[in-house]
Amino acid sequence: MSDTVPNQPADSGMVSECKVDGPFWGALKRDLLLSYRRKSDLVNPLIFFLMVATLFPLGVSPDPGFLADVAPGVVWVAALLATLLSMDSLFRSDFEDGTLEQILLSPQPLYMVVLAKVLAHWMLTGLPLTLLAPLLGVMLFLPADGMSGLVISLLLGTPTLSLVGAIGAALTVGLRKGGVLISLLVLPLYIPVLIFGSAAVQGAVTGLPLGGYFAILGAMLSLGLVMAPLAIGAALRISVSG
Amino acid sequence: MAEKKWMPRWFYQLASPRWCYEITGKLLPIFAIAAVATLLVGTIWALAFAPADYQQGNSFRIIYIHVPASILAQSCYMMMAVAGAIGLIWKMKVADMVAKACAPIGATIAILSLATGAIWGKPTWGSWWVWDARLTSMLILLFLYLGIIALNSAIENAQTAAQSTAVLALVGLVNIPIIKYSVDWWNTLHQPATFTLTERPAMPSEMWVPLLVMVIGFYCFFAVAMMLRLRNEIIQRERRSSWVRDLITG
Repeated sequence: MSDTVPNQPADSGMVSECKVDGPFWGALKRDLLLSYRRKSDLVNPLIFFLMVATLFPLGVSPDPGFLADVAPGVVWVAALLATLLSMDSLFRSDFEDGTLEQILLSPQPLYMVVLAKVLAHWMLTGLPLTLLAPLLGVMLFLPADGMSGLVISLLLGTPTLSLVGAIGAALTVGLRKGGVLISLLVLPLYIPVLIFGSAAVQGAVTGLPLGGYFAILGAMLSLGLVMAPLAIGAALRISVSG
Repeated sequence: MAEKKWMPRWFYQLASPRWCYEITGKLLPIFAIAAVATLLVGTIWALAFAPADYQQGNSFRIIYIHVPASILAQSCYMMMAVAGAIGLIWKMKVADMVAKACAPIGATIAILSLATGAIWGKPTWGSWWVWDARLTSMLILLFLYLGIIALNSAIENAQTAAQSTAVLALVGLVNIPIIKYSVDWWNTLHQPATFTLTERPAMPSEMWVPLLVMVIGFYCFFAVAMMLRLRNEIIQRERRSSWVRDLITG
């Protein structure tokens, strides 16, 4: 009989590389790389974000005083809609080419993979939106005092939007026309983030202490980080098996 | 070796669509009679015999529809989410069907609550709608119901639809307290809850006893509507089984 030890790694270098990679970093790297190779898709939510904000002065009133009043809400609603718009494609291509099925079948913890995918999505939409937001603030005459509140609230709020939106994306990924449906499912769940996000900006404009708003946005983010990947994983399993 | 039972027997029996169909058939007339009786007594008592409010006069009487509808709309969501969870965890078909039956009823009751609220708001606050915390959170509850109904009808496979809806209902259940408090802190004008379990109502008993009767009546009505929808759903989904064929062909 052969005296070779089973389960011995063929190449120890590869094993250590796998450890460094892990399911989380592997999924994150893959998603970022895939998006980087289709750069035009990356800019679309940002252009949408700018366009929506342009509609308000045109549609309602270009008066600087009025715009300054509505700016916190408008920027937040525009960010929310831009996130929502990009949500549908989160799992779509993976579902269509069968990658999603392989992810579900793989022994890697689904929680980490899902978390990595959502993080990649946020880095490509939520983060650029946050960085672009001060420009919109200037366009809408948001007082300079409100800028810090705007950026920090978006920084804390947009990951929650990505996490909650991913639940909707996971539920509708098996459907041919998920676009409108996903908004119906997700928008009601976005309301708390919108309320505290825009309230933080209002508070920053009027010079109120902002700790409370940021604490609540942070609490919602923590809850989302812990719970949402579970719901996303369950929804993906249902969608793929159905 | 005796098998250890974790749940009472009726819980397992509920998993059988046939048993469920039969038991709801027996319960249905009881709840129907109770619903008609309590709603009739409650309505007449409320509209004719309960004293008028010293500030709002007779316009306050819409409370006898508005409050039960609002309570029921919320309980109905709870029931839908719990039934959905049972369906997800124990893979119980009947629980899925209960959850599916709850959604349209809950949505309708939520619309009733909003409509009666608007009608009451006009004479009391001077406008049909105000962006107040409780109104807004009820509106969001309606949106959640509509999302669940939309998702359920978009998925063709009944089992997948039930599971997806259950996940969404559970996510909504976690979110409802968050929505409620966020909206509460955002803006409020509405009076606080009329009924709480822990305190005596602030109104005299001649006013709240008929209200209690109406609440019970609404719950009985909900039970009747839910069972009718459930039985319909059972028959439809089990149409290929022999007992349904026997039932239909007589």
